[in-house]
Parts: sequence; C-alpha cells; structure tokens
Amino acid sequence: MLTKRIIACLDVNAGRVVKGVQFVDIVDAGDPAELARRHAEAGTDEIVLLDIAATHEGRGTLIDTVERTARQIFVPFTVGGGIRTVDDAAAIFDAGADKVSINSAAIARPELIDEIGSRFGAQAVIVAIDARRARLTDDPITDAEVFVSGGRKPTGRTALDWAKEAESRGAGEILLTSMDADGTRAGFDCELTARVSEAVHIPVIASGGAGTADHFADVLTAGKADAALAASIFHFGIADVRSLKEEIAKRGVPVRLPC
Amino acid sequence: MIAVIDYKAGNLTSVMKALHAVGADALATSDPSVVMQAEKLVLPGVGHFSATAFLEERGLKKAIEERVAAGIPFLGICVGLQWLFEGSTEAPDTAGFKAFPGRCERFGDGLKVPHVGWNSIQVKESRLLQGVASGDFVYFTHSYRAPVIHDTVAVTEYDLPFTAAVERDNVVGVQFHPEKSGSVGLRILANFVRLQGC
Repeated sequence: MLTKRIIACLDVNAGRVVKGVQFVDIVDAGDPAELARRHAEAGTDEIVLLDIAATHEGRGTLIDTVERTARQIFVPFTVGGGIRTVDDAAAIFDAGADKVSINSAAIARPELIDEIGSRFGAQAVIVAIDARRARLTDDPITDAEVFVSGGRKPTGRTALDWAKEAESRGAGEILLTSMDADGTRAGFDCELTARVSEAVHIPVIASGGAGTADHFADVLTAGKADAALAASIFHFGIADVRSLKEEIAKRGVPVRLPC
Repeated sequence: MIAVIDYKAGNLTSVMKALHAVGADALATSDPSVVMQAEKLVLPGVGHFSATAFLEERGLKKAIEERVAAGIPFLGICVGLQWLFEGSTEAPDTAGFKAFPGRCERFGDGLKVPHVGWNSIQVKESRLLQGVASGDFVYFTHSYRAPVIHDTVAVTEYDLPFTAAVERDNVVGVQFHPEKSGSVGLRILANFVRLQGC
C-alpha cells in the first residue's frame, strides 16, 4: 500500500541550518549534511533543503551544501530557493538533488515548470505554493491567494487556479504552505489542503502548522494530503520521527514502518 | 566496471552515488564501445519513454543486445525496467528491448499520478532481492506501470498490481528507485553488484 510521507525541511542560510529539528546528541546541529543524514536514518521519508536567503552570492555555498548533503542520504532529496532558470535547476541536480522546488520564479514565468519538467521529468519538479485564506469574501478557500517573495507579495492569483496550471504545465507535485497556519503549531490548514488536493491529480504535500502527531494525521486524512512537511517536528514532546509515525499509524494512516 | 548508460533523460548523479556507496566501480557513459567493455550494465531513467529512442540512434541498443546475449548482468531502473518490455503507451512508436512480454500502460483515471512515495513490495525468490522481505518499502515515482508476468519477482499495488521487479537469468529490472530507497535499496544494488553473469 502506498504510504503517506513525512518530510523534514531544513531551512538553510549560508550553508547553515537556521530552523530545523534538534537532535540532542548531534555533533554539529547547524550542518545540513549531518542533519539530513540523521533524519534519513531516523526514518524520515524525504528531505527538503530550502535556501531561505537565496542570494546570487550564496549559490556556490548552496551547491556545495547540496553536494555534501546528497552524499550522505539515500532517500529522496529536494532543494528549493532561488531557482530561476533551467540552468539553476541543472546545477542543483548535478549536485545530487532528485527534485527542485520552485516558487516565485514559476509565478513570474510559468514556462519554467514546462522547461524543467521536459528536461528532467515531471517527477523532478515540485511547485511550491504559499497561500493565504482570502479576507472579506464569502469563500475564503476558493479565493485563497498565492503570495511570493517569502509571503511578502500578493500575486492576485488563487491557489486553486495556480495549482491546476502548475499541474497542466507538468509539475510532479504541489507543496502547499498555508501562511495562516505556518508557525502557529496549531495544525495544518486541512480545508485549504483538501480543496487543492481535490483540484489536481498530482500529489500534494501539506506544510505549515505542524504541532502534534494528530495534526499530521488530520491533514493526511481529512486534509487529503499525500505527504506532510515540517521544519521542526520533534519539539512539542514528539521524541522522533518513528514515534511520530507510530502515533499517525494508530489513527489508521498508512506510513512506512518499521523505518 | 559497471557502465551506467546515459541516454540524456535526466539525472544520473543519485544512481552513481549509490553504486559508489556499495563499493561498485561505476562509470556513466553514452559510448557503445564502453558498453562493450563493461562487466555489468545499468540503465537508469527518470524521463519519458521516448527518450529511450536515443539508445537505438547511438548504437547503444545494439551494444546492449550483444552484451546481454553474452550473459553479463543488466539492471534497468524505472524507465529502464519499462524499456525491457515490448513498449509503452507513453511512446507507442518507440520499441522496447523486448526481453519481457507485454506493454507498459498509464495508471488509471481517478488516481494521483505520478505514483510517488514509499510503497511495499511482495517478493518471490530472487537473486536480486536476496535479503529483501515481503512488506519492505521502496520509493517509487512513475506514471506508467509494467504488467505482472511470469518473470515478475516483486509486485506492488497501486489500485492494481504491477511489476515492481523482474528477473530472468542475467536481465533484471526494478520499477522503484533503489538509489532512493534507503537501506533496502542499497542492499538490492549490492546484490546486483555481486551478481554473476551466466
């Protein structure tokens, strides 16, 4: 049976993890390669490395980080942040990533999805969507709006429309972050995730709001997500990814166990 | 030396990295003469079935045919497994290698496609899957499925059962990505590296 994936996200800046899971006995808690390896060994299904600064000057450091990280892990590895062209993506793949996640650049020039997909395959392209429920409307989900530039800039596009376009252009997966839920630890936006997941025929990864094992179980059932991502899932009394998965499994969600 | 055949359909880095991790001497190549000298062949693939036309155009298919007939072990991964069949509805005009009967078809409507993620396999006795148990999980990402045939040694279900691994003599293939399937995947690659020709 196809299982639901638990994905760990490492936010990096200048080659160091700035937000992520804390291991008590780790040698270097800021080293993305070390953290990624620990996550994979602990049973995380997939690793996402996000370059949150995404500066032009930082690209060399990022490539080096991706190379070092990719050497250590044998589970799917996605890299996002600052990928604006097919050449940017090619450099990330050459460094050992399996997928790229594109966000602002895809909104600015949607053809980027087609271009990366046709050269590296649809499975290699994740379109990341940062969305916020609409205010002052009767239907805040249907009208939920896409934001770019780290959530600072509204685009005037709805999340549902953009997800459908991304799919039609050949995206392999959607990574949906609820800006309302992000950072609250109060749970994923299940309603928004379910609507996006129903609108497309490609897998949807839910992000934003993880706080408890129940939150994961909720978004993987009622939220109709195929995977759930979090940057800091082992706080809040969850000891490790295995315990998290065992809790989720108790709710009847298929997960990769033992892992 | 293991020749990892580069037919310009995506990214070989992960496969190379995993083969090196299990101690293999692996070399990526698009050169038929390198294929002729190789002791083992790997055909990876994460792209479109039509990309396999490159193999015919560059004389690689002929080189593979000769080496496989000579008995050296061959491993197809993902599209590389699909290519071992007669063809795929993804590219009806591109012929497969025809080592195995049947054609690959797209997953049915109403399913999320591609089939992405960790799914369990039900295994039969197999040299490639030695030490791998039924219920073990491996990572898949694909939109087309190969039929279950006599030589199928692992089956996975996504709506319907399909071939996750196939094996006959020196020709083996896996639909999943062993290079992305953690310790189970590395074991399978190590099994392949140890495989003797016939």
